[in-house]
Amino acid sequence: MSSLYVARNPRVAARGLDGEMMIMSGRDSTLFTLNKTATILWQSADGATPLKEIVESKICSEFEVEPAEALRDAETLARELANHGILQVSEQPIAQNLSGGESQ
Amino acid sequence: MSGLLEEMTEKALAKNVPLSVQLDLTYRCNERCVHCYLDHDDHGEMTTAEIKGLLDQMADAGVFILTLSGGEIFLRKDFFEILEYARFRRQFCVKLKTNAIMIREREAARLREIGVESIQISIYSHRPEVHDAITLVPGSLQRSLDAARFLKSQGLRVIFANVLMVQNLQDYPGVRALADEMGIECTLDPTVTPMMDGDRSILRLGVDTKTLRQVFRDQELIGDADEFCAIPDPVESSALSALPCSAGHTACYVSPYGDVYPCVQFPLVTGNVRKERFLDIWRDSERMREVRAIRLRDLTTCSSCTHATSCTRCPGLAFMEGNMRGPSTQDCEKSFARTGIPSANMLAKKQRPQDLVQIRVAPAQSQPTRAIM
Repeated sequence: MSSLYVARNPRVAARGLDGEMMIMSGRDSTLFTLNKTATILWQSADGATPLKEIVESKICSEFEVEPAEALRDAETLARELANHGILQVSEQPIAQNLSGGESQ
Repeated sequence: MSGLLEEMTEKALAKNVPLSVQLDLTYRCNERCVHCYLDHDDHGEMTTAEIKGLLDQMADAGVFILTLSGGEIFLRKDFFEILEYARFRRQFCVKLKTNAIMIREREAARLREIGVESIQISIYSHRPEVHDAITLVPGSLQRSLDAARFLKSQGLRVIFANVLMVQNLQDYPGVRALADEMGIECTLDPTVTPMMDGDRSILRLGVDTKTLRQVFRDQELIGDADEFCAIPDPVESSALSALPCSAGHTACYVSPYGDVYPCVQFPLVTGNVRKERFLDIWRDSERMREVRAIRLRDLTTCSSCTHATSCTRCPGLAFMEGNMRGPSTQDCEKSFARTGIPSANMLAKKQRPQDLVQIRVAPAQSQPTRAIM
């Protein structure tokens, strides 16, 4: 059972546009866009809700997808976004730091 | 523009979203650049709370790229408070425009902590005697360059912005060389903008067409001169459905007093955020809608010009000449300098030389005759 937590990196720039998120990396100003599923993940990434719960309540309820498969995909996506400095991923709840501090 | 940003801009255009806004925090400045178009007195800037409220509204409206400019932004005591709010509370992608003379190691480190996309610094020459004679502040070049080094040492993206004028026309290669040496990007703008109150006297500082022609053939600056200066292809009628520029379509400008304009170079007040919501002005202002409705085919003179689709025509400069659908003479001159082909506007003016100096006594009860057209 996954106990992964995800939090939005406060150092990125982000804005929704027509149901998708535009995200600019705080590291190197690379621009990303997130599709609708990834956008749901991003918007729900509060650092306190386990990824498994986000997948079950926000993704499986919205899309016809098998929960275990959805969780695997979500974990892969979360780690990929973490590699780009867009999300923070931890096995413990993550305190949101609105002053923008980030360990890079 | 990157492919992805272009795609987002197309989407924003289709959804009528103001993707990009320049917000001038103040018109006050610690330099007195000879070519500046602003009145530097404070006529009642927005307060910190008003600006934070505006940032909330802009974020909700979909604004993503926020350029903070002035005047000199660091003269606002609440500058870092505003910047932190924009970045951490509302997640804007923030670009800064500054002369940087108030940026030292501490400010550079703080900008790094907060995270900004870029810092654009005005540099007019690599020689202090030229740069400082333009800013009218002794020592300003040294301070700006020191700041650029502090910012670079923090890993921040710095851009030198140079304006080509008669005072510094020999120096742009020197600024470029200095920028290269420091690992800094560099832009060169040959346009001197009239004062926002319409005073055009500072246009005398701009370079003449002959000089511009030489600049436009500088391969170091523009790359392939033959391609850059090529005679434009005939204009296809389908191309006339294009938009003149992003002003009022995906971008706009807000002054320190809350006035909303289509662009910083387009002084047509479309509303004031102290009286109306930003989004209401953006969506419903009649003036904003009027600007938004204009297509290339609607332009008087320009729609039939050889340069119609390749010209850098600025609707704001055209507006300052008297007609937002008319030509911008400065851009006509640029197209001419680039290609050697006169614009439709230039040809039309040649055909009516008698109108240029025409002083007559206007009969009573009629409209006064304009002496200069």
